[in-house]
Parts: sequence; structure tokens; C-alpha cells
Amino acid sequence: MSFLKRFCRNRGAVLGLVILLAVVAFALLAPTLYPQSPWRPVGRPFLAPFTIERFPLGTDTLGRNIASGLVHGARVSLMIGVVSTLVALLIGVPLGAAAGYAGGFVDDALMRFTEFFQTIPSFALAIVLVAILQPQLGSIVLAIGVVSWPPVARLVRGEVLSLKTREYVQAAVTIGQSTPRIIFSQVLPNTIAPIIVMGSLMIGSAILLESALSFLGLGDPNLMSWGYMVGAGRTRLLDAWWISFFPGFAIFLTVLALNLAGEGLNDALNPRLARGRE
Amino acid sequence: MNLLQFLSGRLVKGILVLFAIAVLNFFLIRAAPGDPAQVLAGEAGAADAQLLEQLRERFGLNEPITTQLWIYIKGYMSFDLGFSYRQQQPVLTLVLDRLPATLLLTGAAFVISLALGVMMGALAARRAGRWSDSLITGLSLVFYATPLFWIALMSQIVFALKFGLVPNVGYETIGANYTGLARALDIGHHLILPAMTLGLFFTALYARMMRASMLEVAGADFVKTARAKGVSQARVWRRHVARNAILPVVTLAGLQAGQLVGGAVLTETVFAWPGIGRLMFDALVQRDYSVLLGVFFMSSAMVVGFNIITDLVYRIADPRIEAAS
Repeated sequence: MSFLKRFCRNRGAVLGLVILLAVVAFALLAPTLYPQSPWRPVGRPFLAPFTIERFPLGTDTLGRNIASGLVHGARVSLMIGVVSTLVALLIGVPLGAAAGYAGGFVDDALMRFTEFFQTIPSFALAIVLVAILQPQLGSIVLAIGVVSWPPVARLVRGEVLSLKTREYVQAAVTIGQSTPRIIFSQVLPNTIAPIIVMGSLMIGSAILLESALSFLGLGDPNLMSWGYMVGAGRTRLLDAWWISFFPGFAIFLTVLALNLAGEGLNDALNPRLARGRE
Repeated sequence: MNLLQFLSGRLVKGILVLFAIAVLNFFLIRAAPGDPAQVLAGEAGAADAQLLEQLRERFGLNEPITTQLWIYIKGYMSFDLGFSYRQQQPVLTLVLDRLPATLLLTGAAFVISLALGVMMGALAARRAGRWSDSLITGLSLVFYATPLFWIALMSQIVFALKFGLVPNVGYETIGANYTGLARALDIGHHLILPAMTLGLFFTALYARMMRASMLEVAGADFVKTARAKGVSQARVWRRHVARNAILPVVTLAGLQAGQLVGGAVLTETVFAWPGIGRLMFDALVQRDYSVLLGVFFMSSAMVVGFNIITDLVYRIADPRIEAAS
């Protein structure tokens, strides 16, 4: 069965993909839909949603257009989600591959290092990192990457451990291929499927983490972010619920879509595993 | 290996982790833009030239970096986590004052989420493929994707502000001066909403894990044997499947304790719960870095302690682990 067919058999995954494509479309169209900066007050504050056509989701405490904030925030959330996941992969994959392939002392040392990072409360570490390095795009991406890599390293290590005993790898050793070449051309390509699945699921957690940071005031002050918008409505919860509701719902929908699509990807890329789960 | 040896081994490991975190804090202070003395003083003290000079003297900031590290670590070893110039109190005092509230919140959230998650997961597995399974699986997917701070705010709107079922914020009714049981009940009343929202994500997580674990065990040979012997369905699920399936869930739950502490920062911020998470948020707003790093250290210590307790309980609960090690 083809990849696409297997993916589509999981109805949740298709739904997730559709939602995700919509979010991506909104993010791409943001400058066309709302060319003005989402930070600019454009109307009366506290306008209720679904009443004025110009502000379909209402305005916030300062009269900023919530719909505009949402589409601009989608760009930030998706970008930070993807880039920080790439950072986590860039740290986790080499560490895991080195630990799994080298074994012995190197493996022990690297795994203790990984365990250490798994013991630390990751959100607290992310807060401290962003606060100390000052909240800006770079420090946020770095902080999320730094707290998210350990599961990647463990996954890659496990895969490499089982792959390195396979015959074709033994054969590559016998014909005298260099270790880096074996790792890059024989071992790592076979770990790509599980890494892609894990990566797709990590984007959702990264978006949750970013939104939580910006909710606490640790967002980049130049970028409109969903978490910041939720936080901005906190003081007027009862009389202006929509200010906090819509951006939070956007986070929820995006993360749910990513998780659904990620599971579909898992079914499509690891068909044997998927069947075993049924 | 007896229990004492095991315990001392784990303690040594825990202390090593805390030592590494102290070293990490040391380098974080140096990673901040600007002078380390200004970081240590926080925004409140950074303008005071005399204070900065004192700090340079005290932490040896004009000495070589190895000496600085040694001075810093020595401070941690004598339980000195620094001083908050904003609050005019040692960081350790601030943190210890707030610790019981956080332990109560995270403990309650842990118990609620583990109990609910295990029950929901077991039910879903038992009815795999039926509508109740789809409902539970769907709900856990939903809660798994819900931002904690948002669901906290939304439940605040619905349950506290709109219907007034539970208090909106805080730890106890201020000015009521309850004592004894009345006070405990009052705190419990305040605890419900924060603990439930903090536990929601973990309930979803444990339900998913429990379901998967149950289905895996249900296919094992010893379960088939039990069925072949004529053990009743209910008994097979309860005694043979659930009992074995719960072990990996509890292990993972113990390892997840760190995330619970992180989530407490968000929950305590929303509900004005006077724990170390709220302290961390206040320190964040006030740019009080000594307190920030102190809370980070203490929350790690909490996780280390919690992991040791989980290991211990686990070892007592499952004798096979002792035999294996």
C-alpha cells in the first residue's frame, strides 16, 4: 500500500492535515489579510466578536484586532515550533548516534548527560534560559531546543544500537568503510522514519512551550504571539472572555492537528507498528 | 543489593545532579548580557554602586573564574541560594516559605491524574473499539493538546466567575481565620480547580499509556493461560492484566514529576496560588534573577527527591526489581 493511502486510512490524520493546511494558509496570507501591524490599535477596545465585520473576533483591551493578531501569531507559532524542533534534532541525533554506535564509556557518559537533562524540570529551565538571555526569537528557539532534545537522543541511540548489529553494517565494517561514513550512509538513513514521526509530534509540544513562555511575558516583544494574547486578556476575563479565548483555541487546534497528523505519519511510515497497535 | 545500599546510591546520584545544577546556574549568570554583579543584584539592586561592589567582593568576581565557581558552589553547599535585594530576604527563606503550597498542589494533581488516567485507560482498553473507548481516546487527545494556562483561565471563567462553584484565586479565604478542620476544608476548596487543571494534561497522558500498556499485557501468554484455566473475564482483567499493566505507567508517571513542577508555574500564576511557581513568576516580572535561579534549583531538588521516593515505592511494590538488580 502506498504511503498516501496508509496515511488517509487514518481519518483523524486527514482531519489534522486539513486543519494544519488551513493554519499554514492563514499564516502565509497574514500580510495580505491584515497588512497593518497586529500591535496597532485599530478600533474601540472591548468590541465583542461576531458583531462588527471589520473585527470578526472582536478587539482586545487596547483596541487591537484579534483576528489580525491570530493570523500573524500563526506565523510565529509555526516558525518557532519548526525551528526549535530542528534545533532539538540537531542536538539529539548526533548525541544519540554517537552514544549508540560508540557504546562503552562514551555511551555511558552521554546517557548520564541525557538523563541529567531529563531530570531537570524542563519548563523551569526554559524560563530561566529565556529570562537570563533576554526574551527574543533566538533565545526562545534555543531554550525550547535545549529542553526538548533528550527523547530524540534516546530514540536514535536505541535505533542505532539495534542497527549496528545488522549484517549489512557488519559488511560495511568488513570492507573497511570509515566509521563516519558507516554512520551517515548505512545507519542514520534507516533511523529517519522514526525521527520524522517524533519530530512531527515535537512541533506541537514546542508550540505549547512557546505559548506558555509568551503567556508569562517571555515572548519576543516584536512578534505577536498567541500565548501573549491569552495573557493580555487575563485582567478582563469575565466581561471580555473572547480576548483570551480565541488565541488559546487557536493553539489548541493547531497542536491537536499536529498530533493527529503525526500519528497518521506514524501509521504511514511504520506500517508494521501500526497494525500491531490495532 | 539491600535497601540501604540502594538508597545511598540514589542519594549520591541525586546530590551529583544538584551539584551539576549549581554549576549550570553559575554559568547561566555569566551567560547573561552585562556584568554578573548586576545579574546577582537583580533589577532592584543594579543601580546601587555600593551593592555591586559588595557583590563583586563577596562572590570574588575579580578573581579567576575557577575561584568564582568554588565560592558559588560553597554557597550552595551551605544552603545559601543567594539574597533577594528586591524582597530583602535570603532566597532560601523565600523558597521554603512557598514550598508547602507547591507540594500540596503538585501532589494533589499527581494523585488525581494518576488515579483518573489509570481508570480511564483501563476502561478504554477493556472496551477497545467500542464507543466508550473512542470517547476516552478522543478526550485524551483533546486534553493532550490543550494549553494548560488557557484551560486554567477558561475553567476560572466558567466554574469560579460565572457559577461561583469554587473560589477564583488564592490559597485560603483571607480574613476568615479558620483553624483546624475548617481551614483544611477551606484550602481544599481552593485547591480543587488548580489541581484539576494542572492534572488534566497528565490525566490524558496516563490514560493513553495505561490503554496501550493494558492492550499489550492482554496479549501475553499468561493471560491466555488464565483464560484457558477458566478464570472469569472480570478477574482476568483486574488481577492479571491491570496489575501488570500499571507498573510501566507508574514508572513513567514518576519520571514525569518534573513536568508537573513546570506546570505549577503556570497554574500558580493563573490562580494566585502562593507556591514557588508564583514566586518564580514574580521574580520574572521583577527581573530578580537570584530568586529565579533559586527556584530553579529548588524545583530540581524537588524532582530529584520525588524520583527517589518513586523508585523506593516501586521497589517495595514489585519485588522482581530487587531480584533483577
